Amino acid sequence: MTDTSFSPILTVENLSVEFGHTRVIDGLNFSVMAGRTLAIVGESGSGKSVTSQSIMRLAESTGASYPSGRILFSTENGEIDLLSQSQEEMRSIRGKDIAMIFQEPMTSLNPVFTVGDQISESLSLHKKLSKTEALKESVKLLKMVRLPDAEDMLKRYPHQLSGGMRQRVMIAMALACRPKVLIADEPTTALDVTIQAQILTILNDLQKELNMAVIFITHDMGVVAEIADDVVVMWKGKKVEQGPVKELFANPQHPYTKALLAAVPKLGSMTGERFPKRFPITVMDGDGIRLVGEEKTQETARYDKQPLLSVRNLVTRFDSKKRFFGRVTHRVHAVEEVSFDIFHGETLALVGESGSGKSTIGRTIQQLQQATSGDISFEGNPFSAMSKAEKQRLRQEIQYIFQDPLASLDPRKTIGFSIAEPIKTHNLIRGEQKIQQRVHELLERVGLTKEHAERYPHQFSGGQRQRICIARALASNPKLIIADEALSALDVSIQAQIINLFMELQEEHGIAYLFISHDMAVVEKMSHRVAVLYLGQVAELGSRQQVLETPTHPYTQRLLSAVPVADPTIVRSSGRLSGEIPSPVRQVGNEPTIVPHREIAPGHFVAGTL
Amino acid sequence: MASFLMKRFLQAIFVLIAVTLIVAFAIRLTGDPALMLTQEAGSVTEADLMMIREALGINKPFFAQYFDFIKGIFSFDFGRSFMGGTSVSYLISKSLPATLMLAASVMFISIIISIPLGIKAAVSKGKWADQVIRIVSLVGLSFPNFWLALMLVLVFSIWLQWLPPSGMDGFISFLMPAFTMAIILTATNVRLVRSSMLETLQAQYIMVARAKGLSENTVLYKHALRNCAIPLITYFGLQFGGLLGGIVIIERVFNWPGLGTLAFDAVSGRDYPVLQAVITILSMLIVSVNLLVDIAYGLIDPRIRTE
Repeated sequence: MTDTSFSPILTVENLSVEFGHTRVIDGLNFSVMAGRTLAIVGESGSGKSVTSQSIMRLAESTGASYPSGRILFSTENGEIDLLSQSQEEMRSIRGKDIAMIFQEPMTSLNPVFTVGDQISESLSLHKKLSKTEALKESVKLLKMVRLPDAEDMLKRYPHQLSGGMRQRVMIAMALACRPKVLIADEPTTALDVTIQAQILTILNDLQKELNMAVIFITHDMGVVAEIADDVVVMWKGKKVEQGPVKELFANPQHPYTKALLAAVPKLGSMTGERFPKRFPITVMDGDGIRLVGEEKTQETARYDKQPLLSVRNLVTRFDSKKRFFGRVTHRVHAVEEVSFDIFHGETLALVGESGSGKSTIGRTIQQLQQATSGDISFEGNPFSAMSKAEKQRLRQEIQYIFQDPLASLDPRKTIGFSIAEPIKTHNLIRGEQKIQQRVHELLERVGLTKEHAERYPHQFSGGQRQRICIARALASNPKLIIADEALSALDVSIQAQIINLFMELQEEHGIAYLFISHDMAVVEKMSHRVAVLYLGQVAELGSRQQVLETPTHPYTQRLLSAVPVADPTIVRSSGRLSGEIPSPVRQVGNEPTIVPHREIAPGHFVAGTL
Repeated sequence: MASFLMKRFLQAIFVLIAVTLIVAFAIRLTGDPALMLTQEAGSVTEADLMMIREALGINKPFFAQYFDFIKGIFSFDFGRSFMGGTSVSYLISKSLPATLMLAASVMFISIIISIPLGIKAAVSKGKWADQVIRIVSLVGLSFPNFWLALMLVLVFSIWLQWLPPSGMDGFISFLMPAFTMAIILTATNVRLVRSSMLETLQAQYIMVARAKGLSENTVLYKHALRNCAIPLITYFGLQFGGLLGGIVIIERVFNWPGLGTLAFDAVSGRDYPVLQAVITILSMLIVSVNLLVDIAYGLIDPRIRTE
């Protein structure tokens, strides 16, 4: 890993960071060279974001201190140690020589200033440009990140831009002063895959153009494989492994790296399999690894019975803009003429990007949202013909699991209370003692212990909280669970465990899942059938094998090709993807065209005519 | 934004109609002014009373009187005072500026002090500066304002003889009444600024602003302050209403020639043309301040502007 032809531009030596008396980074070493990309990977709590904020010396504003180490940065006047600079001195380095982009494009731009103001601010500050010069330069920068109508963009506010556009503005802002080092902290995590692919391409091209060193912080091994030259793997505040990307993927040394790589769902890994499959998971056990679980084909779907849930011509629209006297001028066409069935014991995946209507379908089935037209039947009974009591009963048979487990648990109630609540609401078991017993069973079933019942949500980790939410969903013996991006906020190792838990429960209880996700690799592992949604309509529907192995609709193909593959030996052609995800908001009267479907193979439906 | 303001404007008009109706009705519940005016005169005949009622215009039906009153508002003619027959408009025009200037100085002092203190407390959360600011503001909060007014008079006018104890006579006479009220407002405002600032400082764009290399003051006063301005302005607007209510007491203590004093005298003398006018003017002020607040929302936050 020693490359003597170049001297590193930034070297972190024996860095330790503490918050109060808690050490979050311990003896970290790495260096990065101009024109190279160093990826720092690790799961939540591994200290990777603190590392980046320490290089910027921003971690102090949240209470960090540095008991040891040096961060050497080479400038025209020789090497300086960033840790011994005053905040005053750091201000002339930040944004000028070392710049940073952040994870959440939705919140990283200041909502009350225009794009032009925010980009030109750095230019006026570090390059002492006048307002007009700075705005002129901002236009150039916006063109550099390939934003259309750059001049017009200057006057716009962040809320008028999509997530992908905001992240490009953020990149333009960070690159304003042509920094030598760019730190990118999970810059694409919150974006849709096709947009992620665009942003990665832009970053890659600009790095070459400006000969920048890039420190790329991420938890996504697919992204690492795609962009990194070298990789540092962090675990519990320490570096456990470092190496060139191909070597590290091909021949991981440290057990944690092995476990991490094993847990990454790889799109295409199930090619040729008819049904989803459970695989044993590699987990850390002390300092070593061990395999947990067994390999088992998930042959649970009962296609011989009548469908559990049938959705027919479902339309859900919301009013978005109103005129002065309440007349609606614009509507969100969230769901347009969607039809599908879910069978007992089946997992149907709904995939699509922001605005595709996948969550709205889930919410409409759960009666959290009123359908505009169409009908849904559960075990042959249409919702429209159901009495109030029957609809209430449906709330027991259909359960919902949300993306953010912390936000969906009451912070002031013990988790035992939260799990017992559906049992009490639906009067499933009587008697406090029996209810307690059931709660304990449920907790043990999802991999927790009965002692946990007395604790509060904040005392658990993200993965444990999602297990609690699953236990709560199971409490009412549902026949259908709607999992809305339920795995998206979890680390990959936890994700793999929860996927297996979902499948085990399906086998035990014959539960059907409506699995709403944007992550194609996870969908491939879990689902029996897949429906691809685009602008509220089904673009393609078929068995997992049909849709993923022989994608026919152009959008499905596009979506699949945008997924980063966790294999650095695969080189993807860049620049294939451009454009924004179109908006489902339409003017009243401007109805979308409903594209008819044709069946190209038994059970494989594709929108559009040949 | 235009339709948003239009809505607020219509709302404001409804509020004013409701307020004037309630005021006109409530005042008339307090008794017959003709009887009160003649109480000291001794023997009065029913014919005399009728004559007085006619002269005052209170023999007409309630709604006729109310419409006269509304018509009066548009021509700034609120009739004549029962006490001495002076034109009510004249009384108002003499005391309104005094009250407005006092109220404006109170708001000004309070905002100028509370914003930097609140921000300082927020940035040094949990450290000594924060503790001191919080304790001092809690102490400030615990004073009743009339007591504070009397204490200030005792110290600055009687012992030190630096400031005039009463009346409005130049800049120096504003100090005591304005500070008396400002101290209490400031105490609440510091806490409000602190808490909304704390929330804003958590935002990612604050980290982004720091990562640009901006100075701490630019980060705080440009990037953060404008983002927490909406709750602050909302609260300041509401506070202004409360302030106009509280001013009655303070004007009495400092013998300030404002609307408060006018209202106080009108209440004690059952001078309801004056009282009705004062209340109408005050509510118009409060409604317009809140309308201004709504306009300010749009200026501060582009998200509201484009809605």
